[in-house]
Order: sequence, then C-alpha cells, then structure tokens
Amino acid sequence: MTTLPITILDTNPNLRFLEEVSARTAGVSRLEMCIQCGTCGGSCPSAADMDHTPRMLFAMIRAGMRDEALRSNTPWVCVSCYHCTVRCPQEVHITDVMYTLKSMAIQAKLYKDSTAPDFSQTFVDMVENYGRSFEFGLATRHYLKHFPLRLPGMASMGYGMLTKKRMGMTPKRIVGIDQLKTILKRAQELENVP
Amino acid sequence: MNKYIFYPGCSMESSARAYDISLRAIKDTLDMDLVEVEDWNCCGATEYLGISLTPAYALIGRNLAIAASQSNGTKTLMASCSACYLNLAKADHYMAERPKLEQNVNKALAAGNLHYKPGSLDIRHLLDVIINDVGLDYVESKVTRPLKGLRVAPYLGCMVPRPDYYNRWSDHEHPNELDRLLKVLGAEVIDFPLKTHCCGGHMTQIGPSTAFELIRRLIQSADQYKADLMVTVCPMCQMNLDAYQNEANAYFKTKYKMPIIFFTQLMGLAFGIEPKQLGFGLELVSAKQALGKIGLETPEVEVQQPKRKKSTGLPMPSMPGDEEVNS
Repeated sequence: MTTLPITILDTNPNLRFLEEVSARTAGVSRLEMCIQCGTCGGSCPSAADMDHTPRMLFAMIRAGMRDEALRSNTPWVCVSCYHCTVRCPQEVHITDVMYTLKSMAIQAKLYKDSTAPDFSQTFVDMVENYGRSFEFGLATRHYLKHFPLRLPGMASMGYGMLTKKRMGMTPKRIVGIDQLKTILKRAQELENVP
Repeated sequence: MNKYIFYPGCSMESSARAYDISLRAIKDTLDMDLVEVEDWNCCGATEYLGISLTPAYALIGRNLAIAASQSNGTKTLMASCSACYLNLAKADHYMAERPKLEQNVNKALAAGNLHYKPGSLDIRHLLDVIINDVGLDYVESKVTRPLKGLRVAPYLGCMVPRPDYYNRWSDHEHPNELDRLLKVLGAEVIDFPLKTHCCGGHMTQIGPSTAFELIRRLIQSADQYKADLMVTVCPMCQMNLDAYQNEANAYFKTKYKMPIIFFTQLMGLAFGIEPKQLGFGLELVSAKQALGKIGLETPEVEVQQPKRKKSTGLPMPSMPGDEEVNS
C-alpha cells in the first residue's frame, strides 16, 4: 500500500514543512504515517551520536520546527544502513528522508558542522568534473581541511593504498563528460523549479 | 554463456582492485559473459543523494539509459559494488513509483539524447546472480580445492540485503545466501550475528569516532568467533574494515589483525586458481596466516608493510597470550 503526500490547507509555511519534506523525497516517503514508535532509533547503529533520534526528528518535522530540524546533526550521522527502513512498521522510507533533510539543510545553510556537507560537496565536485569519483583528490582536499591531525596516523594506510595501486593519483575522465555535464545542468534547473 | 550487462563502479578500478581481478578470474568458470556498460559514470555513492535530488537521479539515469541500450539478449544489469547496486535499483524503483521523478530525470537525460523507461532492466547484485542464476550445484561442481579448515565470517553489510526493493533475499537482517555459497566452497562458516551490520559507510571520512566503533564491533565479533578472515561482497565494507582497521585499533588500543577478503577471491581459490591471480596481497591486513591454514602462500606484497605502531610508549608487562586477547 502506498500513500501520497497529504495536502495541508493551512498557509503557515512551518505547518507545511512535513508536506515539503515528503514532496522532496524520492519515491513515496510515507513520512506522514509515522506513529512515533521509536523502532528507528532503537535500530540505529549511530543513534548515540545523534542530536535527535529519527523518531524525535520526525515529531519535530510534524510540529513545523523547520530550523531546529534542519540544524540537527541526525541526517549527517545516518550511515545509510537501512535497518530502520526495513524495520519500520509503517514502512516510512527513513533513509531517503534523511537524504532529503541533508539537501534541504545545505540549501538553507542550516547545518552546524560543515565536515559532512563539505565531504559530500567535494565528492560531487569530482564526479561532476570527471564523471568518476577521484579518491586521492577527495581524500587530500578533505583531510587537509577537516582532519589535519589525523594525517600522521593515516600515513601508513595512505602509503599502502598508493603503493598497492588501490588509489590512483590522477583522475579518470569519462568520454561523455560534456554529455554528463549537460544532463546534470538540466537536472539542476529542474530541481530549482518548485 | 550467460550474458550480463556489467556495471563495475569506481571502486573496482581502485580500492577494490582485488574484487575486480578475482571476478574476472572466475567469470569463465561460472560461464558468465560480462558486457561492461559503455563509458559508465560514477553512481554518486551515498553523497549526491544528500546534495540535490534530480541531479543525483539523473546521474544514475545516464548509466541506466546506456545499459538499457546495450540490452541485446539480456536485460540483467549486474553490479558488484553494494552502493552502486542499490543506487541503480533505487533509481529504477523510484522512477516507477513517482511519475514526477521519472519525468524530471528523463527531461534531464533528453538534454544528452538519452532516455530510460523504468522497469526495462533487471538490476541485480553479483552475489544474487551467482546464487540464483549460476546456482550452488554448478559452483560446487567446479570446486577442485575445497577450503577445508578455513574458518570464515560471512559479512554482507547493508546495501545488498536492504532495502531490497525486489524481494530477492531470504532475510533483510540474517540472509543465508553468502553462508550457503561459502559452505559449498568447503569453508567452515560461522553463524556471524553481525553479518548485515554497518561498516561505518562514509563516517570514516566525516565522523571517525562513529565509524571506529562500528568497525570495532564487527572485527571484535568475528575475532570472538575465531574467524580466520571476514568475507565481504562490498568495496566500501572492505575498505573500511581493512584500511581503517589500524586506525580503529589505535583508537581503542586493540590489536586486531582480521583479514577482509572478497567472496570472489575465495571462490577463485576453491576453483584451483592461484592466489596471485586473485588479487591476494592487495589487502592491507595480510591474509597470509589464514591462507597458510589451507596450505597456500600469499604472493609477495609489492612493498614492505610499515611496522605497526605500539599502542603504548612504555614497556608494559604482558601475560602470555596477550597477543591473541585483543580487547
């Protein structure tokens, strides 16, 4: 059984937050079906590091607490393991809702810590420029900015990855990169249309 | 020969080279013909979806559209990487479920003269193809060097058995497919309780303490079950558990040395192929001791492994057996 997002007639934008999150999620999110049982938080391997459990976050969304919800570190700590998703008795697409909240937080610039958004953005920059991921470029840019103190402890690993050719030092570009860029540009234009 | 359109994904050419090498070494034995998706692009991993919805799906859509245009004689698109498999399946599934998404993705693809009709491909993971197409009886008939005496922890991770849009797996949390395959190869398979728990995903990059805890749980459990090695089906899991094992060890002051090996590498060994042709030696935590148990030598690693840092600067008293007791 699937449901479509419920249309709320109230014009208060905060009360429409639930509807907005649901509408911006791929597939049918079923977010409005949440019964606040807490199975999600109980199943989550990284819940201990979250500001709010997923259950609490969904209650905040329903209450129209837009800023607080978008500032929560919860979506950024989500490891995309889908444990909550397969256990949810209401079949809410929790992991996909987390992706939606991340993109909305980036757009509204409401995240507290830039480590995770920067990582995602750097990864995406590489993909948009080459059509492939480029781990060496990503790792160096990311670690120098966010984890310089981790670098000494990681030196032997990086050395091993490089010498065993498990990490290339030059990016690989796909042949159809111009085609891909055209597609992504058009997709972004469509994304910007509400 | 059974033909499959194959989406390797970025890791297969870099961090998961051993997976790629071993898959190509066993594909003929398995009677599989792999036709690579032409000029495929990155699937976006778990990063693009959190940035912008339509571009993230259009990125995946380009691969689907190209793969569908190559679907001469087969409609199976097979991926070896769990994240790639899930992203391809996710785009196909949600494009069918949400007409608005389908329209937007196809409008974007049209800018590059491409189109994808959801449902035109069967998107499957390599393990699923081996279990359900090739079949365990066939695999068993090809075993010439049973892995007798090798104790293995079957580790699937998250994105193959979950969310499982097409209901292909026996269970979302305790599927038995990988266990059955490894038993057919002659290995001693432990009933690994954390077989579908998370390796930390991208948290090794953005929230190391979260990731190290998840890595510790998995390695500690496999160690307590006295596994010689952990078997994985996913490049991300292999990378996190293998390459970050030392950093996690330093974080928790543990000394685990659990080798993390792709299931295709073990299949190759059981088929009588030499370790060197299966990418052994590329793992950072050496599998030498584990392979020694079945009378095989790991090939010379190209470089000397740097010495592991001692967890303490002072000489500390130790009890016999401390080396094995890791926590």
